[in-house]
Amino acid sequence: MKKNLPVLLTGVIVGIAALVLTAFGNPANMGFCIACFLRDIAGALKLHSAGIVQYVRPEIVGIIAGAAGAALIKKEWKAVGGSSPFTRFVLAICVMIGALVFLGCPLRMVIRIGGGDLNAIVGLVGFIAGIFVGTIALKKGFSLKRNYAEPCIDGAWMPVLMVILLVLAGLAPALFAQSTEGPGSMHAPIILALAAGIVVGILAQRSRFCMAGGIRDTIMFNQWGLTLGFVAVIVTVLIGNLILGKFNLGFADQPVAHNDGIMNFLGMGIVGWGSVLLGGCPLRQLILTGEGNSDSAVTVTGFVFGAALAHNFGTASSAKGPGANGVVAVIACYVVLLIVTLANVKANKE
Amino acid sequence: MIDARGLACPMPVLMTQKEIAKNSPAKLEVMVDNHSARENVKRFAESAGYAVAVAEEGDDYRLTLTK
Repeated sequence: MKKNLPVLLTGVIVGIAALVLTAFGNPANMGFCIACFLRDIAGALKLHSAGIVQYVRPEIVGIIAGAAGAALIKKEWKAVGGSSPFTRFVLAICVMIGALVFLGCPLRMVIRIGGGDLNAIVGLVGFIAGIFVGTIALKKGFSLKRNYAEPCIDGAWMPVLMVILLVLAGLAPALFAQSTEGPGSMHAPIILALAAGIVVGILAQRSRFCMAGGIRDTIMFNQWGLTLGFVAVIVTVLIGNLILGKFNLGFADQPVAHNDGIMNFLGMGIVGWGSVLLGGCPLRQLILTGEGNSDSAVTVTGFVFGAALAHNFGTASSAKGPGANGVVAVIACYVVLLIVTLANVKANKE
Repeated sequence: MIDARGLACPMPVLMTQKEIAKNSPAKLEVMVDNHSARENVKRFAESAGYAVAVAEEGDDYRLTLTK
């Protein structure tokens, strides 16, 4: 149990941070959502023009910076990359499209569960199914091949660019798009959001917290360690919402969610499958980016690009339901995942 | 020896698991180059009944598994 303490602690702190950020202004059941926040950053950078989801989310910058700091102090910071970067970029686009069909990354999924949103349970079933398919791929020999040591600058780009982005957003906010209504307009104070991000970044780096890794390791190795973190977030958020009187059990009228069960299942299925192929959930990709992994930096860039595509081409859902092109996008993502899986399993057999 | 350098989890664990399942060696060396692989392989090997010694070699870790 002792060795699982860091991951349990991370889960509890992530849950508390999510509750606090929501209490101070973040959208309901969206204290933390890596997919939503990267989508908001994509909007702030004017990569898409969905007016209600544009904001430079300090949490993202904090998570990457916190992970970088922790890795530097512990001498674990290392610039590495070159493990099928463009395949990762493509997979990241799929994961983001899937997440925006469901309306949340795995982290927001558990936060939604803790808020009583039963649609997120449907998403969880899809997520587990997707991870299960991913583990079959791994057992069949799927690999994006090894990475290599790279010059420091290659691992430093994304953390540095993120900090510059936040500084610019503070000094010259007019440069960026900023929602005046909708989820993008709802946010906790910058300092609080940044601090919460840094704390979560440090803890997640130390504990290797990952929403997909837990279920994957449970399925593959019967190792439950990381899954405890997953459960800890749900329990913490659940208790917090009960105390705050914000627990609302049901499918209908859930905040920033829709109740198309099939799309919720399929959307998170993409996220689960894609995350296993990528080696970690969106949060984990941010942490690895902080540690100097340029493959993860490429992945995060793919998330941002995918978010822009999702909103520019009407594949993202809204509270009203799936986007006009949601079904087509979901099918396309499954085709891409299948091709990537088969091609890389085959490549490793040769 | 298993060379799992440059590979992210769960690959190093998977490779170790396959080797143990296939040959159940009394001694096995696994090379990894990142801390999570080091910890995960160590944890897995210990759960499979091996004693694990870790030696740092430059940027890499050599894990010696013995039963």
